[in-house]
Parts: sequence; structure tokens; C-alpha cells
Amino acid sequence: MNTTVIGIIVGMAAVTYIPRLLPGLLFTRSGVPEWVEKWLQNVPYAALGALIFPGIIQGEKPIAGMAGGLTAVVLGLLELHLVLVMALAIFVAFTVSYFL
Amino acid sequence: MHEKHILRQFLTGARTGLPVAVGYVPIAVAFGTLATRASLSPQETVLMSALVFAGASQFMAVSMILSGVGGLQIVIATLFINLRHFVMSMAVHHSLQKTSLAWRGLLSFGVTDETFALLTLQDAGEQTRHTHVFAAGLIGMAYMGWVAGTAIGSLGAQVIPPAIGDAMTIGLYAMFIGLLMPHVRRSRRIAFIAVVSMILNTALSAVMSAGWAIVLSTVLGASLGLLGGASEA
Repeated sequence: MNTTVIGIIVGMAAVTYIPRLLPGLLFTRSGVPEWVEKWLQNVPYAALGALIFPGIIQGEKPIAGMAGGLTAVVLGLLELHLVLVMALAIFVAFTVSYFL
Repeated sequence: MHEKHILRQFLTGARTGLPVAVGYVPIAVAFGTLATRASLSPQETVLMSALVFAGASQFMAVSMILSGVGGLQIVIATLFINLRHFVMSMAVHHSLQKTSLAWRGLLSFGVTDETFALLTLQDAGEQTRHTHVFAAGLIGMAYMGWVAGTAIGSLGAQVIPPAIGDAMTIGLYAMFIGLLMPHVRRSRRIAFIAVVSMILNTALSAVMSAGWAIVLSTVLGASLGLLGGASEA
């Protein structure tokens, strides 16, 4: 193995792990103030919103991403199993990108 | 805790993590293929997935290695791309606050966009949710998908077209949407937060890197959500 590459990998591992670990030192068993608690409950929804859009339409074929995304919206509202939502969204996106 | 009980929680976690593993495999295969074609040995390729476990930064690192960028720059770029996990990890650590710091230290290695989303949003029943054993099963499943997929891609580098990963990323987006929609349906406040963050991220990503735009949109979106807190549905 190439030592430069190993060095890069170890460095990447360190700078990726530290931000994942640090918040753990902030949250002890003593808990947090109520407004922080409420804010933290909002974080997943805000993060998902940002992770989904506009990334989903920035692939090679935005229309395929859009079609797959809309499929997932409908199936998600119907509360189907996640694996099924994913499979059908992929199928629709593939079909659309094949024909358009 | 009874032993059988622990095993059941672990398996529930693994089953909950299955969508992430399914979504990771094709992308990891593509990463393994690209990295090995870009002159990394199969051992180095798998080592990167095993130690870093953060997709976007790994793809970036490989393309930077390929274009001859220095190691320090790659590590600094990795830090910035993965800083978004800091905010996500806050929510994960908080949901696991009854767990010892040693366990959380170990589990926090496995916080990615996807495991974070499942750990904080997927309803696996009050009994199992928020236990470190459940989280270990979920993260273990996702990690296995990522590392095994990388190995498959790396070993099959000569025969697998790297483009498959590109088309498959829609699967993880679909997972995010599938996780979000049931909550959106039940609460107008949650719908508000998600839509505001989408708008913020669209605007911000025009003027800064994608990683920073996600961090800022998450922080601002979650904060704006506090304003409408009284009208919880």
C-alpha cells in the first residue's frame, strides 16, 4: 500500500469522525434546556428538506429526478415500506430517463 | 437487559437499517469501481470506506487524488464537506442521551445523512427506539452495505460501468422523501420546516458550497420552526 494514500485516508477518517463525536460531549445525562430540545426535534425535518432539494434535480437528467421524487412523495404519503418507495422511485426515474 | 431482548433490539435495528444498506450498495459499488480505476489498490479503496464512511467526501477525494491535488488539501476539503454531520450528530446524540458516552462515541462514527435520518425519524416502537443496541444494528447494517459494496466494486472494477451509481442516487433521495412524507402529513409545522429548508438550500447553494448550504439551511430551518411551535398539530 502507498504511504501517501494511507496518510490521506487516516487524515480523512480523523476529520470526519471528530465532528460526529463532538456533540456527544455536549449532551450529558443532565439534559438540555427546553428550547434546545425543541430545536433538536426540528433538525431532522430541516436537514431532510435541505438534503432532498435541490440535489434531487441536479443529476444528469433533472426530469428523471423529478419523476422519481414525485413518485416517492405519493408513495411516502401512502406510508408504504421504505424499500418499496425506493424501488418504485428508481423504476420510474429509469423509465423516464430511458424515454426522454 | 435480558439477552434475548438485546438480540431482538439489534435485529430490529438491522431491519430498520435495511433501506440504507440497499441504497448504499450500488453507490458503494460505483465508488469502489472509480477508486480502483483511479489507481488506488483494492485494499486502499476498502480501507477508505471502512475508516471514513462518508460517501460524498470519498468520491471527492478520489477525483482529487486523480488530478494530483496534495494530501493536506484533500483532508481539509473532507473536513468541510463532512462538517454537516456535526449538526446531525447533535440530534443523534440527543436521542441517545440515556446511553453511556463510550457507546455514543462508538456509534457516532456511523452518523451519515442516511443513518441520521433513520435514527431520528423512523418509528420502530417506543421500546426499541433510542437504545444503543437498536442504533448499533441500524448502523451496522448500513456500514456493512457500504463496505461490502465498495469491495464488490473494487474487485469488479474492470467489468462494472461506474455510471450505475449515478442513476441509483435517486434511491437515497426516495428514501429521504419516504421518511419525511408521513411526518409532513401529520404536522403542518413539520411541512413548514421542510419546505423552508428546501427554499433556503436552493438559495444558499447558489452562493456557497453544497455542504455549507445544507448546514446553514438546517440550522435556520430548525430555528424558524420554533416560531410556529405553538400551533403543533
